[in-house]
Amino acid sequence: MSLVVDLLSWLLIVLGSFFAIVGGIGLVRMPDVYTRIHAASVIDTLGAGLLILGMILQAGFGLVALKLTFILALFFFFTPVVAHALAQAALHEEIEPLLAEDRRGRGDGPAGGGTDGRQP
Amino acid sequence: MRTVSLACFLFAFWLALSGHYTPMLITIGAVCAILCALVAARVGVTETEGHPVHLLRGAITYWPWLACEIAKSGWAVTKIILHPRLPISPTMTVVTASPRTAPGIVTYANSITLTPGTITVGVNGNQLTVHALVREGADDIEAGGMDARVTRFEDA
Repeated sequence: MSLVVDLLSWLLIVLGSFFAIVGGIGLVRMPDVYTRIHAASVIDTLGAGLLILGMILQAGFGLVALKLTFILALFFFFTPVVAHALAQAALHEEIEPLLAEDRRGRGDGPAGGGTDGRQP
Repeated sequence: MRTVSLACFLFAFWLALSGHYTPMLITIGAVCAILCALVAARVGVTETEGHPVHLLRGAITYWPWLACEIAKSGWAVTKIILHPRLPISPTMTVVTASPRTAPGIVTYANSITLTPGTITVGVNGNQLTVHALVREGADDIEAGGMDARVTRFEDA
């Protein structure tokens, strides 16, 4: 039984490390700030998620596992907020995204704000 | 009612983090939880937005679905990153979010950002500006599958 749990947790940890490395590679290969955020989001969802799941299996049923679950939940609530703030800040700095296609003009044009996505 | 539920959640959180269960520490925890809940009620952050406990029932089925979506698109982005020619076609688009409440729109925007390959860059009312790594990602968001799922989660 403990062998199965060990194997499973090792599998999860190795997979998580793989996705973290892939995210790192993506961070270097992508051309601009917006596409780099996409690469980083692989790290903090699949990478961190699988690593923490593996650690939960290593910790066994108890308070440590519960605290790891809190960390996982924290990750899933805050990393999108950070990614959003980063992208929004980049827009405000007027860093133009490299785009293959721009469909922003079709929006309803919110009152006050422009259609480029910057918040007032 | 919401204040009572907030106090219960805070006390459970205290118990989970402390790990020491002597009568004195448990009493201190209970007092702290109740005080915090009262302060929160006084400041007025225990309404639907500050303590969205009513969404918990929908979340039980929503989170596994979201985890599935994250795994799928994470794998797609991994393949793009490791592809020798880096086949990206960044696309920006504007979509209308149909959830009506602030927690619903936040959940939708955060879910878009959490799935690798798409980020919510801006939120103006219910207009979300989305940056997608590939054209297909923008098409998926525009098709509105996730939008419908979040609206169902909100109504559950």
